[in-house]
Amino acid sequence: MNVVLAVVIGGLYATGLYMMMRRSIVKLIIGLALLSHAANLLIFTAGGLTRARPPLIPEGANVPPAPFADPLPQALILTAIVISFGVLAFALVLIHRAYGTVGTDDLDEMKATDT
Amino acid sequence: MRVLLVLPILIPLSTAAVSLVFWRRRSVQRWMGMAGTSGLLAASVWLFEAVRREGIQATQVGNWSAPFGITFVADLFSAIMVVLTGLMGLAVAVYSLGSVDRRRESFGYYPLLQILLMGVCGAFLTGDLFNLYVWFEVMLISSFVLLALGGERGQLEGAIKYVTLNLLSSAVFLAAVGLLYGLAGTLNMADLAIKLRAVEQTGLVTTLAMMFLITFGVKAAVFPLFFWLPASYHTPPFAVSAIFAGLLTKVGVYALIRVFTLLFVVDVGYTHTLILVIAGLTMITGVLGAVAQNEFRRVLSFQVISSVGFMVMGLALFTPLALAGSVFYMLQDIVVKTNLFLVSGVAHRLCGTSELKEQGGLYATYPAFALLFLIPALSLAGIPPLSGFFAKLALVQAGLGAQSYMIVFIALTVSLLTLLSMTKIWNEAFWKPQPSDSSRAEMPTAIRAVTASGRMATGTLIVPIVILAALTVCIGLAAGFFFDLATVAAEQLLDPTAYIRAVEGGMTR
Repeated sequence: MNVVLAVVIGGLYATGLYMMMRRSIVKLIIGLALLSHAANLLIFTAGGLTRARPPLIPEGANVPPAPFADPLPQALILTAIVISFGVLAFALVLIHRAYGTVGTDDLDEMKATDT
Repeated sequence: MRVLLVLPILIPLSTAAVSLVFWRRRSVQRWMGMAGTSGLLAASVWLFEAVRREGIQATQVGNWSAPFGITFVADLFSAIMVVLTGLMGLAVAVYSLGSVDRRRESFGYYPLLQILLMGVCGAFLTGDLFNLYVWFEVMLISSFVLLALGGERGQLEGAIKYVTLNLLSSAVFLAAVGLLYGLAGTLNMADLAIKLRAVEQTGLVTTLAMMFLITFGVKAAVFPLFFWLPASYHTPPFAVSAIFAGLLTKVGVYALIRVFTLLFVVDVGYTHTLILVIAGLTMITGVLGAVAQNEFRRVLSFQVISSVGFMVMGLALFTPLALAGSVFYMLQDIVVKTNLFLVSGVAHRLCGTSELKEQGGLYATYPAFALLFLIPALSLAGIPPLSGFFAKLALVQAGLGAQSYMIVFIALTVSLLTLLSMTKIWNEAFWKPQPSDSSRAEMPTAIRAVTASGRMATGTLIVPIVILAALTVCIGLAAGFFFDLATVAAEQLLDPTAYIRAVEGGMTR
């Protein structure tokens, strides 16, 4: 399972970075979205994959029995998903406005502010 | 739970919420902006006094004990930064009254400014790495909107670069946080400080340190990760660039100093040497960029990068004196940078342009205003009675003490070049006569703009500049007091036992 997820994460990072390096601003945003998915999956994997062991505390004990699925990474991911959703929505509006104002979707032609 | 520690977050949040209720009443929003930033300043001074008297303060939100709950902690370094956030927030809120146009105000400029300040304060006060990520995002999202608000072509192009690179760094941050959790099983910084010192695979820790170096490096705009800054900082309204230049990169530097003194001190020989090289290159590229530019705010944008190099240099040398120098440099640079951007806004209004070639004659027409520019400009270059001199002196002494002669040489050369770029602004905008052909036509409109907006509006522009300039002089004259503060802050940074004890003490309470 770890290996599969590692390959998936690697693929997402590669695709995301490749998309970000294209000239189109739409692909730039798709790349950013893929990167945040990759980061979320990475947290999930790095937090440890324990299957079929919910963190339930039996009666009379204070902690769940030893190998249990850590719920914290999932809480982190949930927060990160919400944030990246909001940011992505903003980024989409931004490129839409930029396309309307500049009249192109080519990053190479957006050089008015470069030095 | 001590309310003292969360007030600098709650006050801007509630101000923003109330302002949003009065969405259509611009005048209410303006007054709320003033009241909110004044309240933030008062709360931050209260927090600072508490930290100075009683030592490091910590609290657990929701009373979950330390490694599980979300910790807010203020040592002297954070407290100083929060006070400066309040101060800059108030200065910029006053400046905005007379400089931000009606359209931006009616699209929520003042609530956004409050949320930005909330994010900055949260980042300074949190004691948890994931929480730091959240505050970074709060700060970033509001800065995205402030940057793009108005929708001019330059703003949108600059915003795309700013958004892309900052989101990239957030993705790296998130990945690093996830991996660190996988390694140490905790994200509370005090807890991490204990656990990371016990980790046996130091190679892994160093790898993670590099990921944090990249992500905070992008936010702090160090070489070679700074390209978003000069592409975007000269595009928004002057009040917005002033608060960005004063605070946002410093949050990155703060985060760098925090993690590289508290967490990643396992392999100092490798990590901090790398940071030293980065610091040198940042100073050089920043100042060379500044010398090459011909627009008021573009020069200042590159100066922001150059100053970041100085602050990071103190972290890299990693001695008590050097860290004190870094803290002192940050303390005075926030004031100076904000002030310079505010001055550039007034110069723009007086000349009708920010291109240095088309500006001119400001000394002849407004000699007092020219003096107001000279104070922060000379402080930035490090001229003796002003605050920048003492900051640079401490860093240079620390460099000599650590026998890093190369970085001292670079720092001194860069200071000289800084003076050159400030002289260039002085010569072009203030000293030379008003160019006759191009902007003569625009000059009457500019003057009319000043008189039409009335004495009140001009006052709101000048008063913050005067106060910040006076503060620069005061920090220079009372350098001993401020340097003692910075020294105590540096001692707390270098010896994390008090920090850890404060967080764990909050656990038992």
